[in-house]
Amino acid sequence: MELVVSLAIGVLAGSGVWLLLRPRTFQVTIGLALLSYAVNLFIFSTGGLRIGADAILGQGEVGTLAAFTDPVPQALVLTAIVIGFATTALLLVVLLAARGLTGTDHVDGRERER
Amino acid sequence: MTVWTDHLVIAPIVVPMLAGAATVVAGNGRRRLLAGLGLASTVLLVLLSAMLLVTADAPGVRIYRLGDWPVSFGIVLVLDRLSAMMVALASVLGLAAFVFSLARWHRAGTHFHPLFQFQLMGLNGAFLTGDLFNLFVFFEVMLAASYGMALHGSGTARVRAGLHYIVINLLASLLFLIGVSVVYGIAGTLNMADLAGRVPDVAPEDRALLEAGLAVLGIAFLIKAAMWPLGFWLPGTYAAASAPAAAILSILSKVGIYAVLRIWLLLFGDGAGASAAFGATALTAGGLLTVAFGSVAVLASQNLTRLAGASVLVSSGTLLTAIGMGQAAVTGGALLYLAGSVLAIGALFLLVELVERGRDIGADVLAVTREAFGTGEHEEDGEPGERDAIGVPIPATVATLGVSFLACALLIAGLPPLSGFLAKFAILSPLFAPSGGAPPPIAWMVAAALILSGLATVVAMARAGMDAFWASPAGTPQRVSIVEFLPVALLLALCVALTVGAGPALDYATAAAEALHTPANYLRGVLGTPEGGQ
Repeated sequence: MELVVSLAIGVLAGSGVWLLLRPRTFQVTIGLALLSYAVNLFIFSTGGLRIGADAILGQGEVGTLAAFTDPVPQALVLTAIVIGFATTALLLVVLLAARGLTGTDHVDGRERER
Repeated sequence: MTVWTDHLVIAPIVVPMLAGAATVVAGNGRRRLLAGLGLASTVLLVLLSAMLLVTADAPGVRIYRLGDWPVSFGIVLVLDRLSAMMVALASVLGLAAFVFSLARWHRAGTHFHPLFQFQLMGLNGAFLTGDLFNLFVFFEVMLAASYGMALHGSGTARVRAGLHYIVINLLASLLFLIGVSVVYGIAGTLNMADLAGRVPDVAPEDRALLEAGLAVLGIAFLIKAAMWPLGFWLPGTYAAASAPAAAILSILSKVGIYAVLRIWLLLFGDGAGASAAFGATALTAGGLLTVAFGSVAVLASQNLTRLAGASVLVSSGTLLTAIGMGQAAVTGGALLYLAGSVLAIGALFLLVELVERGRDIGADVLAVTREAFGTGEHEEDGEPGERDAIGVPIPATVATLGVSFLACALLIAGLPPLSGFLAKFAILSPLFAPSGGAPPPIAWMVAAALILSGLATVVAMARAGMDAFWASPAGTPQRVSIVEFLPVALLLALCVALTVGAGPALDYATAAAEALHTPANYLRGVLGTPEGGQ
């Protein structure tokens, strides 16, 4: 499972970086989105990968650490997802404004001279 | 048990948050109400931060546990001398920029008031928090507001520069998250004090990973602080932003400096065992390169706003170099420099807008090109009207602006008699007075960087000042309202106060630096137990 998760993070991050370096604003946005997925998975995996383990003790329950997963990375990743989502939405608005004002979707707001 | 003064620590976050929420509810139409709310909030913040400044000027730290959770589980706010100083700077700059915006800028777009308040909330939160992930959250609050502020007033240039600014900062935020999660994975805590206590005990095989995580975190901070080669976005964005937004943005780069100062000295101080002084060389070298790049950028600037942006780079570089020295006395001088440069650069950003008003766009480019290529000089000199103009009195507005510009130039370049000189002297003097023996080679390099960057600033500011105040025809005097000049005067008066009261200010800064270099007190204050981090 560790291998699958780390491969997924690697593929997402690699594609994200490649897209981020492209000249079109849409590609940059998708690149940032992919990178943020990679980072979110990475945060999630820092708590250790467990299948079927609870993060929170039930009412009156006494658990051992071995049977539970770390809740903090899950809380962190939730915050990171929300913030990443909001800022990406904001970036999209600016992207549309730039497209409208400059008439091009190049990241510099003008086409490269050839 | 709890008295109301205990809650003062969180007030700089709560006040702008409530004011921001109120301005959202009030809507866009009621200008007087919005201005009143904003003014009340910013004035209250200045008063609160003054109280915090007095409170913090005592040994030890004051903590505020959110929700009264125990420190190891909950988020904690920490007030010490450094954070109180930063909150005070942000509040004063906020008041100045807000009053300035009341003349014109707050009508230039929608949602200016909420954005402004949330910007202050994010700044104050970032300065006060004692938790690494909470720092991320406040960074995002601050940045999200700053995206709106940078775009305030709209226009092609702003949107174009804003797009770069947003993409770069989103990437920096992702790096921040990677760093935070690596640190959590290794150390198992995000509380800065707890983390500092655990760094010396990290297993040798995990140490490299922890240091890598913190280095990634450092890159995220250094992008904010605009260290070379991470700071190419800065001059363009700041030059495109409207004047009050640029003044506020200029303290955003100091948040990066603050984070480096806080976390680096806390985690990699002398008590960090094998990790002590990790990355000091990188900070010093990066700082020196930033000063060099900033000086070239200052000289190459063809208009005043880019000049102000480039001087932000120089001041970031100076601060990073001084921090990288790792000596408490040098850091003390650096903190005094930070206070002075925040106020002076803020004043310059506001002043530039007043000076540039009524001038032709592109006049600066022409002026610089004319100097460089020597064309067109003779036709102007030969005109008889020019000669007669020698005896024309300078209008009072221009004279006032000119004196303010001169003060800004002296402050930013670090010339006597104002505080910029004293701060640079306070940085250099401990470097040249080591305990016996000749000064180390690095001291000479730092001295050269500080003095040459000052020279570059003087040259560029003198050139820009001549173009703005002497060469412009007297036919179009700028129309400046008192509301716009008052904030500039306030910031400059504070710089003068910093010069006159340099003794107490330096004492305060040195005490803050001593506390940063001996994190044991911070650890004891936050964790409440005398364990860890000797």
